[in-house]
Formats: sequence, C-alpha cells, structure tokens
Amino acid sequence: MNDFLTLYRDMLLIRRFEEKSAEMYALAKIAGFLHLYIGQEAVAVGCIHALRPDDYVIASYRDHGHCLAKGSDPKKVMAELFGKATGLCKGKGGSMHLIDVERHFMGGYAIVGGHLPLAAGLAFASRYRKEDRVVLCFFGDGAVPSGQTHEAFNLAALWKLPVIFVCENNRYGMGTPVERGMLLYKDIAERARGHGIQAEQVNGMDVVAVKELTARVVNMIREDPQPFFIEASTYRFMGHSMSDPAHGHYRTREEVGEARKQDPLILLKTRILHEGLGTEADFKQMEKDVIETVTGCVRFADESPFPEAGALHEDIYVE
Amino acid sequence: MVISYREALNLAMREEMERDLRVFLIGEEVGYYQGAFKVSKGFVEKFGAERVLDTPIAEAGFTGLAIGAAMAGLRPIVELMTFNFGILALDQIVNNAAKVRYMSGGQLSVPMVIRGPGSAAHQLAAQHSQSLEAWFCHVPGLKVIAPATPYDAKGLLKSAIRDENPVIFIEAQLLYGTKGEVPDHDYTLPIGKADVKRTGGDVTIVAYSKMALLALEAAEALSKDGIEAEVIDLRSLKPLDTDTVLESVHKTGRVVIVEEGWKFCGLGAQIAETIYEKGFDSLDGPVVRVAGEEVPMPYTRPLEDLAIPDKARVISAVKGLL
Repeated sequence: MNDFLTLYRDMLLIRRFEEKSAEMYALAKIAGFLHLYIGQEAVAVGCIHALRPDDYVIASYRDHGHCLAKGSDPKKVMAELFGKATGLCKGKGGSMHLIDVERHFMGGYAIVGGHLPLAAGLAFASRYRKEDRVVLCFFGDGAVPSGQTHEAFNLAALWKLPVIFVCENNRYGMGTPVERGMLLYKDIAERARGHGIQAEQVNGMDVVAVKELTARVVNMIREDPQPFFIEASTYRFMGHSMSDPAHGHYRTREEVGEARKQDPLILLKTRILHEGLGTEADFKQMEKDVIETVTGCVRFADESPFPEAGALHEDIYVE
Repeated sequence: MVISYREALNLAMREEMERDLRVFLIGEEVGYYQGAFKVSKGFVEKFGAERVLDTPIAEAGFTGLAIGAAMAGLRPIVELMTFNFGILALDQIVNNAAKVRYMSGGQLSVPMVIRGPGSAAHQLAAQHSQSLEAWFCHVPGLKVIAPATPYDAKGLLKSAIRDENPVIFIEAQLLYGTKGEVPDHDYTLPIGKADVKRTGGDVTIVAYSKMALLALEAAEALSKDGIEAEVIDLRSLKPLDTDTVLESVHKTGRVVIVEEGWKFCGLGAQIAETIYEKGFDSLDGPVVRVAGEEVPMPYTRPLEDLAIPDKARVISAVKGLL
C-alpha cells in the first residue's frame, strides 16, 4: 500500500470508528461527553504520519482521532468509550481522556489550554535527557485566548523546546465562532510569532499538505530544537458534542454543507484516482476492512466486562 | 549538627540532586537569586542552569511544564515563591498532577514535589498570608506535608523527592530561620507518620507546621500550672496518621486542634470528624478547635495578631476543657 492509500485508510478508520461511536451513543452504550472529530481527520493523520513512534503526542478532549492515528488498538479505544475494564485506561478515562503510554500518546485533556504546559514539559524532558524526540500538541482555536496557552508558548520559545503546537482551527470554540473569541482571528499563527515562535498555516483538509509541512518541521526541530506553531484550518462536520446537532443554533445548515465539500477523505480519494495511485477496487477493499475492524471493536467492547468494584480505589497513588 | 530549617531544605535537595540526575529544581528566582528565601543557595553554581531553572512569573505554565516532565520520567521539584501564587497553578496541580494516574488507569505517574512557604509571616497582608493546605488535602491523588522542625523538614523532603506521587510540601517563612538538631548521616522520614513531640496525660494538642511549635510553647506554660499536654505534630496532613492521634486521645480523653488556616472547612474539622468517628468513647469533652479567624489577613499588626492563633488562645482552650 502506498503512502497516499495508507493516509486514506487511517482517516477512514477514524471516520467509520466515530460514526459507529455516535451510533453506540444513541444506543446508550457510550455515555458522558463524546466529541467527534469527523471532518478534522486530515490534521491528526497528516501530522502523526510525520512522526517516529517514540515521539510524543498530546491532545485536547476531542482526542479519538489522534489516539487512533498514533496507532492505539481501536478495540481498546472502543472498550474505553464503553467504560469497560479492557479499555485503554480500564474504563477510568473515557472519551476525553484516552491515554496510551506504550504508543507515546500522552492523553486527551479536558481543561481547555491546560495541556499545553504539559506538552512543553514533555519536550523539556526530551531536551533534558539529550534525546531527539519531538512533541506534537493538538488543540483547538478555542484554546488560543487561554492564559496557559501563552505561558506554554513563552516557556517553549524561551527554552527552545522541541514541541509543535498544532492549532486545529475548526472555526468554533463550542458554539462561539472564532471571530467572537479573538480580535485577531484571521491569522492565529501571529499569536505564536508574537512569542518568537516560527509559524505556518496549512489547509487542514489536505492531509498530504499537512503531512509535508509537519515532516519538514519535525526534521528541522529534531536537528535544531525549538517550538513551531501550525495553524491547520479545518471544520468540524458534527456538533461540538453529542448534545449539539450538526449545525446547531450557531451556524447554518448551508455553512456545514459547504464545508463538507472539502471533506478530507473525498479530497484525497479524488487525488488518488486522478493521479492513478489507487483504484476503486482499492477503496472498496479499504472500506470493507475498516468496517470489519470497527464491527470487531464494538463486539469486543460489548463482550468485555465492566471493571470490578475493587478498581474504584486503584490507580490513585503509586504504592 | 544544629542547622536552620532553610539549611535543612537546602541539604535535602542537594543530596537528592546529587543522588539522582532526574531531579531538577524549577521556579521563580531559584537560580541566580538563590531563592526568594535563599533555600536554593549555591545551587546554580553546583548543578548548573540546566538543573536549576529560573522561570518567568507564570505559575500555571512552569508547574504544568514540570508535571509534563514528570510524566515523561523526570523528577521535578517546583518551588512556589509562596503557596499564595500556587493558586494560579491549581488547575495544573488538581486537574493534571493529581488525576493523570487515575485517568490513565495506572499507566502514568507524576513523581514530583511542589514546595514553598505557606501561612502568614508578618504584615504581608491578605494576598501573601494564606494557609491553603486544606485545599490540597481535599484532592485525591496528592500527598501533603507541612513539617515544623529542621529534622522533619530534611527527612520528609528527601522522602517527598523519592516518592512516586505528586507531593505538596508546605514550609513557612517564619520557620526558615529556626534551628534544630539534624543528624550528620543520610536519613529519610516516612510520609504519613505523625510525631509525638511532647508526652503528657491530661490533654492532647494536635497541630502542624508553625502551630506545632506554638503548641509546644503553650504546653510548657501549662506544665507550670500542673497540666501536662501531649503535643502531636502531624507533619504529614495527607495521608493523615489517625492512629497516633487516636492513641493519644484514648490516653487523655481531651483534644485541642490548632491550625492557622480558616476554621470553616479547615483541616481541624477533618481531624475532629476522625476522632468522633473512631475515638468517640474515649472523649471526656468536645473536640476544641483553635483556628485562624474567618477574615482576609489584615495588614496592621494589632489586627493581624488577632487573626492568628497565639499561645494565650491555646492555653485558654485547654483550660476550658479541663
């Protein structure tokens, strides 16, 4: 499978996995908050494809895509959403706190802006130990006005920490459009440049462009440690969470429909077919494989046991 | 050897940084300034600026950075210039340091110490005089220590640095210059173990940090009136050594709890609840609390003195019980 097809397959897995999650939510198999990543898949997949397995990734609460892209077992991810003992975090984290240390996926965090200092710390550890690992830190446009974000930017710039801050600008912080959250919303990257951090914008719907930019940045900061800021313009096709219909009260059906024309899966598929890098048969096969995987995930999660009562008081302290 | 509380802390960190390269110190003015209270004197010269990191004034940022570094396997010591500024880092401490182990189902741990002075000094007014230990004690996932003497400070700080969990280590500005005997040899003290600093059979006084020293002074004065108080210095606030407290209550039947923090929802309320639950039958009277007044700390000395527990109030609380 060539690189383009792999990118497509990884995005497709996230897409189908999340569609299935929404279905399971409707069946009350999944509860709590469920924030879908549908529409933004090219950002996680493009960026993470440019990493080494031992590089760190850390994300916000909309974290299913990043976790799957980092290579976590989708069965364990689904089991976590179901709150099962076989989940990635034994059912204690849930949708917003997927963590897979073995894959160097350091977690989803649900206090907006709060994980950016952690990302700086992971990068600090890499420098302290004289390793060449880099850190990818994903967050939304809604985190940019937060104070912790700017404290992290300043420290990363000051101490030349190898962290790439990836702002997924999906144009809404929950229901608040970016222009009602920041005066300088047109060039968010400028906010990072104000801290002395190099920054670039990329079309977050174009997975190849995202990957190429990230690969270039990763090579640069591995050699010459420093932070970098990527603003990936993207769009969330679904609501903020499951309690919010796809278009909600804050945006129109037409706007969502328009954005869907830039669906990262369609864009890549068109390109692959156009450039002869794959055939309709390849896509059919991938679709079949992914559906099989996702069906297997649900079966695994469904059949897995809930944690025993004794688990309640475990994992609070290292004894 | 007789050394100051400040020197005891300095020695504890120095020994642990020599012992383990993963340990580093980070905070405002910890390097070239040698620490706002000179606790890290000589550190930047000895360990270099890579391991003794002066930060900008951004508590959430540098505390969060240290938590991230701990998640990656380093062992940071964060110095907060005072715990009042730690309020800015509460999100990091409560939402990340304390919880990430649980949220990850035991995959991650955060071996770190967050230390600095809490409580009032003299006339530093409302924003620099707070005793916030109860806030931290409330949170599962944290350990909280507040030692009163150089011996306890050194032994407990070394244990805190070696602990695999996030430890809140609360010092006091008025304790930094106090002196005490500390062994020449390397030692640690167990976290979660109280110390009976004075034995007596008439009443138990439970206290910690500066208030433990105040309780000892009060006990000496009471002794002149023929009242023998047992003084328990908790040293660790979370986990709390309830066994030592209850053992003393069984002996004396009377308890006074002294704390500098605000009374409502203060640590003393928790200790009293433990005594009522597990030692009720031993009590000859109600548990009495001497605590800070429910006011923002006033600047002016006469009012400040009224807001903080003193020897006279402890003595009067004990006498009221007998």
